[in-house]
Order: sequence, then structure tokens, then C-alpha cells
Amino acid sequence: MADEKKFAGYVCTGCGLGERLDAGQLETTATRDGKMQSCKQHEMLCSAEGVQMIKDDIANDGVTHVMIAACSRRAKVEAFNFTDVALTRANLREGVIWVRPDTDENSETTQEMADDYIRMACAELKSMKKPTASGEQALNKNILVVGGGVTGMTAAIEASAAGYPVHLVEKSGALGGAVAGYYKVIPTRSPYAEPAENPVPAMVKQIEEDSNITVYLNSTIAKTDGAPGRFEVEIATESGSSQTVSIGAMVQASGWKPYDANNLPEFAYGKTPDVVTNHELEALAVAANGGPIKRPSDGKEVKSVCFIQNAGQCSTKEGHLSYFSGVTDLVSIKQAMYFKELNGSDCDTTILFDNLRTPGAGGEDFYRAGQNAMVTFSKGIASEVVPGDSLSVKFEDKILNEQTEMACDLVVLATGMVANSGPDPYAQLMVDEAEDEETKAKAQAALENAPPSILNLQYRQGTDLPHLKNGFTDSHFICFPYESRRTGIYAAGPLRRPMDMQQARDDATGAALKAIQAAENAALGRAAHPRSGDLSFPSFRKEGCTQCKRCTVECPFGAINEDAEGYPMYNESRCRRCGTCMGACPVRVISFENYSVETVNQQIKNCDMPDEFDEKPRILVLACENDAYPALDQAAQAGVEINPWARVVPVRCLGSVSLSWVTDALNSGYDGIVMMGCRRDDDYQCHFVRGSAMAAERMSKVGDTLDSLNLEPERVQLYEVAITDVERAPKLINDMAETVEKIGMSPFKF
Amino acid sequence: MTEVIATNETILVVGGGISGMTAALEAAETGKQVVLVEKRPYVGGRVTQLYKYFPKLCFPTCGLEINQRRAKMNPNLHIITMAEVTDLQGEAGNYTATVKISPRYVNENCTGCGDCAKVVEAEFDNDFDYGMGKRKGAYLPHRMAHPQRYVLDPAIIGTDDAQKAKEACKVNAIDLDMQEETIEFKAGAVIWATGWRPYDANKIQPYGYDRIANVITSVEFERMADPNGPTGGKLVRPSDGKEVKSVAFIQCAGSRDKNHLLHCSRICCMASLKQATYPADEVDISIYYIDIRAIDRFEDFYQKVKAKENVKFIKSKVASIVENKETGSPVLHGVDTEGYNRYADEHDLVVLAIGMEPSVDKNSFPVEIAINEEGFIEPAPENGGVFAAGCSSDALDVNRAVQHATGAALRAIQVVNRVAASEG
Repeated sequence: MADEKKFAGYVCTGCGLGERLDAGQLETTATRDGKMQSCKQHEMLCSAEGVQMIKDDIANDGVTHVMIAACSRRAKVEAFNFTDVALTRANLREGVIWVRPDTDENSETTQEMADDYIRMACAELKSMKKPTASGEQALNKNILVVGGGVTGMTAAIEASAAGYPVHLVEKSGALGGAVAGYYKVIPTRSPYAEPAENPVPAMVKQIEEDSNITVYLNSTIAKTDGAPGRFEVEIATESGSSQTVSIGAMVQASGWKPYDANNLPEFAYGKTPDVVTNHELEALAVAANGGPIKRPSDGKEVKSVCFIQNAGQCSTKEGHLSYFSGVTDLVSIKQAMYFKELNGSDCDTTILFDNLRTPGAGGEDFYRAGQNAMVTFSKGIASEVVPGDSLSVKFEDKILNEQTEMACDLVVLATGMVANSGPDPYAQLMVDEAEDEETKAKAQAALENAPPSILNLQYRQGTDLPHLKNGFTDSHFICFPYESRRTGIYAAGPLRRPMDMQQARDDATGAALKAIQAAENAALGRAAHPRSGDLSFPSFRKEGCTQCKRCTVECPFGAINEDAEGYPMYNESRCRRCGTCMGACPVRVISFENYSVETVNQQIKNCDMPDEFDEKPRILVLACENDAYPALDQAAQAGVEINPWARVVPVRCLGSVSLSWVTDALNSGYDGIVMMGCRRDDDYQCHFVRGSAMAAERMSKVGDTLDSLNLEPERVQLYEVAITDVERAPKLINDMAETVEKIGMSPFKF
Repeated sequence: MTEVIATNETILVVGGGISGMTAALEAAETGKQVVLVEKRPYVGGRVTQLYKYFPKLCFPTCGLEINQRRAKMNPNLHIITMAEVTDLQGEAGNYTATVKISPRYVNENCTGCGDCAKVVEAEFDNDFDYGMGKRKGAYLPHRMAHPQRYVLDPAIIGTDDAQKAKEACKVNAIDLDMQEETIEFKAGAVIWATGWRPYDANKIQPYGYDRIANVITSVEFERMADPNGPTGGKLVRPSDGKEVKSVAFIQCAGSRDKNHLLHCSRICCMASLKQATYPADEVDISIYYIDIRAIDRFEDFYQKVKAKENVKFIKSKVASIVENKETGSPVLHGVDTEGYNRYADEHDLVVLAIGMEPSVDKNSFPVEIAINEEGFIEPAPENGGVFAAGCSSDALDVNRAVQHATGAALRAIQVVNRVAASEG
């Protein structure tokens, strides 16, 4: 019979396991308590021979469920990668013998630990199914790119070059975006000596000639339904017509807006036309049509120009940008060189700066090129521009340490870039979670002044990509720049962080790859980062569901929609498999094939519970598999001891922890519970963004449970644990053992 | 013999640091066959040697764990460690790579149990700690090393230690007869991610790195701050082991300097700001700089560090360092350009914010490739199917390197997809 289950256990006796533990007893435990139909020992299970033995049993004996009792689930992963069965691993090496002293008086508790881990693994396996792809999506290779500037055009060209059809949607009547109106651009190739030709016309031509790219001008996204692999996107034109296209994944490249210089009255912006922004200067350079740049007020040829760096940026003043726009020093150098080129080498060009930020090889070369072109770089901070026939720029000369001023014909304000993002779906949450009045007021203002939607996602959690900071969209901005909270939708370019054109083009290429990857993996039912390739996905038991909507609200990825009756709709390819929905569900109806309330509950229940008079407490440790669990493994490698009463259960994310596990564990006699998740503040390290934070919030209510059971609050602890906490993680467990010793055993033992 | 199954639809990634790993994983997770060749015995590259990342002050091993898990789970990715590409012939869609693999003397039977290290006596400078500590002649480079497989130092081969290691290994993982081997295989596209190395501090003679014990580099300081590092995380003076009470950071050590590296190494300002948070608040910190290059939201971090009472910024390119012979303390000489004041400042420890240079010398590339004056690979069409990723293309921080590497993966995929289409 195809669906017949066959459970097989394998106990490794290598790496000292055979010497430290009674393998015969482990085998008995697996078959008698763990109900494995067979159990075999091997002296080196990870060897080619050991692996072959398991493979043969799968092939010849119809084994469907495999329990491996050997090393940590993080070790020998490649050897034990049996994709055709449900698999679990009892960690006897890092989890038991490496953290327990090899002495006679400890051998009994060490064996008990090992026996328990086998019981737990077997119990888990009993309620596991082999995950299989749902087939919810087929392969849809169409990539949607929103925004036709340099970033969007690059994404389109690169995706098309890989053989993927592209739909490129641009709001305005022409491709090119902000850069289209530039005279020249910052050079992107060695020797980085002079401003380079604007690449936009060539890119537009390339797109027009590419039959694989469909361009929609004067168009916006009216509606986006679905999920990666099966997005249905309604593209509306200005004229009122619309069409719907089926899309595999998308890149959002909606770009940036120039900072509003009207916020800078001190620099006389708006008071005289001879104070312009860097963005506006491009138009003057283009209008010069190869001749000298003229000043707007009277058309006089500019003989002297002053660039004020960081105008309205790197500043915490009201209405200013707190960040640095990445590119604006290079832009001023480029523009100063325009004057040297068009107005003559005797045109005075002064750049007033505090820190000149021109990083990398190209940046520094171009800075030197500016110096060689006799651009004056003056370390000074401008405070005021006085309008007049000749403008006067007042500034603090940082070298001479004095207040001074200079006269010039034209002032260019090096203003910053503002992200052209849609409304932040979590704007309301920011208001609710604000810790002080000032933050709250800011969050409230952001909520009220939310920009119009760009993607119009028909998602339960909002229409657009979440913001991270300063209006720029979501991204893990160190290790995983494309880690988006909306699977299959990748932001690229200055929408994500301020950046120069070359970086935007690199970024667009990366985002195009991620979109292609999302489309390909959606078709296979495979999860995106960080559980790449995971085929398991959540489902729920409808009859038990109370339509409370916690799962749809708490999913960190906005993956779950609601149907008309308020039941959750999971959207497999939007899901990242963290299990936060499972942890959120008060009625325990959500489960993955191989990870569920039941799989963990069975582990908790099947750990042997000595009675009150045995003086052998039990401590349940729920450890995040991404950081806390590897920290414990490393502790084992380092030979750090862990208390023998501890039983560690790895969880996908602390956000997946069901309060019922805690309640049930307490009810079944555990003396203490330690939960270990990742850091959850602004510098969060939770790989599922909000999982750890959700867990902390839920567990703040565990006090009620403890109260009702008349148990001491110290018995349940939740910690932020980093992967580097090699000493601390074991100590937290050992501290709990001490606490239990102090306050006594739980009265709830059977 | 190491076996590699590869075709013209295979992507070869050269270098397994954060960029190479990213490119390899992203391509493999898009369904492509990838062979990754890494010179070290483990993947992860230089970020594995970092204690924290700026600006979150989080731990690089956190991201490494995820990437290594992705690597372990992905059958499309074949990693070859202790290997170098010595020759690359052909053109886009049809390359033949020659790869030299150094003997590890430990085969895939190794379970990472560590029995060999227990019996080996010989110790060597630990290159993982930039030579600041010692490691055994049989070693796991670091606790999270992937592959989790020990290495025998070639220097113990032929000694009693090697024999002892072999006898201690219960799983027959030690093969003392292992030889260097050279293999050849095909690839359609190549991602060149050989990364960077710290500029040789000895070349900056006025700073006395080779003469003054208490002048160290930023990469060494990073190891020192790591609780798993050579000093157990204690910030102490190499000369006398005393805890430091004052630290000076010298920016642009080697960078932005016609005598050394022409380019700005981009990361050093942020790295020093980060390292300024390592010592306790009582420790005086001075940062000597030309420009603090905090890009985009890093500005917030700059302001945060600037607001710390124990951190002082001095706009100055330090002219020279001499040692106070009595105290062993370095004395910095120079002129503070804000106000033009001369100084002679004594500090317990000086950290040179050392520049990044490309790992591969301009003339050592095994394939014709466009390289700029600084030694970085140019994004030139004439490079054919060879694409730079990460710091082989410019001095980049981790985020930009990863972003760049993800893009490089697509460029390589474009080539192998063209091959696949033409081969039908």
C-alpha cells in the first residue's frame, strides 16, 4: 500500500557514543518506547556504508519514516539528506555526551538524557509526514518590473537576457526616470576621470528592440492579486483602459524623489532663482546646449559657483534628512566639472564640505580628477546664503576655524534622495508600538501623510512593501539585502536605500535574479530564504478554526489572506515556513507536515518524567534552530557542560512556539522552561523579522498560566540568545537548574 | 581523485567568501549546477574572522549559519576546499578550468570529533587569528567551519604527530598519503569572487607596525575583541598584556595614498566606528581621520558613536608613530588640520584601519581580464563569461558585496541559459 507507514530507527555508536552510552538500551528504547518497527546500530552511521544501509531499507523495506540517533542535526547533513522520507534526528553527540562529564557518577543521567532524546525523536517522527509540494503554482516565467528608470530598465534588460519575459510598467510617458534629464553621469568605468555619457538613450533603445520586454507607459498597477508563481496584476493606463497579466514574480523600482529644498530657507532657496538644487542644475546644464551654463535670474554666464554639501541631510533638524544620500558628493564633483568644461577652466567652483564621501576605487579616482580639474574643495559648513546680484555664502571655515563668507554667481544645494515608496503597511503598528510621545507623533504623521499605493497588493496586511527606515523599503541591510517581507517582490535601487547609478544597476541585476528565483521555486513549491528549499507549508483544520485572525495579522510576511468568512488563506509561495502562524493560533489548528503543535507536544510528553521524589527535575529548552541551537552545538564542541535535566527541542523560530507547549509542559511536570530566541529590537536578528518579538509578546502572558497553576514565575524564562553565546546559552539552562533546586520541584508530576 | 561532474551549463565560482558563497547559493537555488572552489579549508572567508558587523553590531556567524545550512541542503552546489584555479581557458559558454587541490590529509569520513587534535602536540601560529594565537597541527579552523572536517598542517606530515593523529582517528579519516592533485572540468560561466586581503601594514613605514608591539591592524583588533579569539575577548596590549585604557584608530592606513593604495577602502571608517564600541566606556578613544565616510543610514551610526563621551575625532593624517621606550606606548605625531595644531599624543594601543586590496595580484589572473589601476576587475564586456563578484570588483562592505554577488549570479545564469537554449 502506497500510504503505509514504516518507522525505522538507526543508532550510531561512533564518535564515542558506543563507549559512553548503552547502545543496546537505546535500541530497546527506540523500539519499545518509541515504537520504531525496526532499529539498527552502526559503528559509523554517516559512513558510505551506514548511509547505504538506510538507503537500502528505504528502497527495499519500504521505510517511510527515519529516526537517526547520532550527532546534531547540523552535522553530517549531506550524508543524512534522505529526501524521500520523513526524517528526524536525536542529538546524542553534541546534545548529550559532549556536554556531560565522562564519569561513573554521571553515567546514569547521561544515559537517561540519551534515552529521552530517542523517545522524543521517535514521538516527533510518529506525528510527522514527509513534506511534498502542494502544486499550488505552476511555472510562470513572466517578471513584472515596476518603474522605468535606470534601475527598472536594468532589471528588465537583465531578466530578459536570462530568457524571462518582462512586463515593464512606467507611470510617466517615457522610460528613463530621473536620470533621463541629466547632462552627464558619474563615470562607472576606469579611469573615472570625467563625467560619462548618459546611458539612458542607449538603454531605452535596447528595450525597444527587445521583443521579450513589453513596455506599458502612462501606466500604474491598479491591483495585484495572488502570490509568487501566480500573481494576477491589473495594469491600468492613464486613459482608463486596463489589462491583467499573469506574473511569476516582480521587481519594484519606483525610485526616488528629490528632497524638497523649500525646507531650506536659510540657503535662500525660493528667494532667488540663483540658488538651485543639484537635481535642478542638470536641467541648466542640458539647457546650456554645449555652451556655458547661465544663471536663471538674468541669463548671465556663471563665473563662480558654490556647492553646499549635505544641504538638508545628515541633519536631525526638523524637516531634514537624517541620512546621507550616498551619491551627492560625487554628484557635486561631476557638476563642478560641468562648469570647468562648459564655462571654462577659470570658472571658480568651490565645494563646501565637512566629510567628503567618495568611497571605493571609482569614488576616490573621481575625487582626484576633480582636484586635477582645479575644483576647490573647502572644508566648511555653510550656515546661510544671502541673496543679491552676487550671492554671499556664509560658512564656518573648519581649517582656519573662523566664520567667513564667499561671493558667487550661483549656489547649488547638494540635497538628498527621498524614497518613492508606497504606504508602509505597518504604519499603524509603529504608532501603537511607539515608546515615547515624540516617536508616536512622528509615526502618526507618517501614517496620516502616507503616499498613494504603488503595488496595490490585495494582501491582508497592506498594499505595499514594508518600510525599514526613513521611508526606504524593507531589506536586511547586511547579510541578505534581498530578504523581503513580501516573498517574490524585490525592491531595487534608491527605493531601498540611497545609492548611485552603478549601485542601482548592480542592485537591479540582483533583484532580477531574486525574482527569477522566486518564480522558479514557486513552481516547485520550494520556500525562499532563509528556509530555502523547504517543501513543508502550513495548513489548517477548518472545523477547529475560530476565525480569530491572529495568524493573518501576525504572519511577519503578510502571507496569509482571509476569505469572505474570515478563514485564513495560506498562499504557500508567499510563506517562509517560520511557523509564526502556528505559534499564534490559540486553538492549535495550524500545522506543517513535519512541524506542528503535535510534533513538539509529543516530544514534550514522551520525555520520561521521574516522580517528585526522584530528585531529577526536567527542564524544557525551546531553542531557535538558527542561532540558539548552533550556540549550544558550539558549546558542546568547546566542552561546556549542560545540566543533565535539560531536554532541548529546536524550533524553527521562537515565533512558532505555541503557548500550549508551555502550559502542557508545566502540567506534565516540567520544573522549568527556558526559551531562547533571537534579538528582537530595532537591530533585530530574528531571521523571520518579527517572530522573536511576537513570541516575547505572547509569552508575556504566561504569568497568568503560572498563576492559575500556582507555580513560581521563575520557572519560565525567555531570553535573547545570539549564535555567539557559547558560554552564556548553557549557563542560562544551568541557571534554571539552580533555580529549580532553590524553589523546589514542580508538584505536577504524575 | 576528486570527482567533479560539470558541463558547459555549470557555473564555476572562484572563492567561497561571503560574495562567492552568495553567488553560488543564489545560482544553485535557481536550479543551476554550481562548483565552488575555495582556497581555505572552509567557506565563509574573511567575514568568519569578524567579531561583529556594522551598524547593527550583530554577529557574522549568524548569517554564516544560514548560508552554510543552505549549502548543506543544496544538491546543486559542489564545494571544493583547499583548491585554487590555476588556469582558465576558453570563452563564454565553454571554459575549461584547471584546479589544483592541496592535500588536507583528512577525508570525508571525518566526523569532526576532534580526537586527532587531542593527541597532536605540535602547535603553529593560528592564521585564523592573524597569527596572534596558536593552533594544533591537527585542527578545525573555527567551530562553525564548513565542511566540519579537520585539517592536518602539512608541517606535521612525516612526524610522529601525524602518526598519532592517524592512530587516534577511529573512523579512518586520516590519509597521510594524500597528494596534491590537479583536476580539469568544464564551465559555461565563471564568477570571480576572490575577495580582498588587508594591505601589508609593514609597508606603511612611518607607522612602525613592524617595530612597535602596540601598533596593530584593524583585522587583528577584531580577533582580539572576539571572545573566541586569541585573548578571549580582552582588549590588551601585545607588549605587556595590560588592559588598554586608551586606543587610537588611524584611518586610511594605506588607503587614499599614492604611496600605497590609490583607492578609498570604503569600509574602514565604519569598521573603526564599530570597533570604537568594543572597549568599555571608560576607555579613551581617538579616531584620526581625513573624512568619515558614513554612507546612507550609516550616518545614524556615526552620530551615535560621535555622541559617545569617550570618543574623540581628530581630522588629521597621522605623520608618524614613535614608541615611548619606557611605557611601550605608541606616540602619534601630526597636525590637527582643524585649527592647525601640532600634537604628540600617547596611547596604549594604536589600531591601523588597514586598507583592502584585491587578493589576486594584477598579474596572477589565470585568465585574460580587464583590471583597473587599483587592481579591481572592471565590468568589461571583453571579460566574456567571467564576472566579478564582491571585493574583486571594488572595495565593498558586506551588504554591497552580497548585492553585487547576487547580480553576478544572474550574469552567469544568462550565459548558461544561452548554452542550454542552443544545446536544446
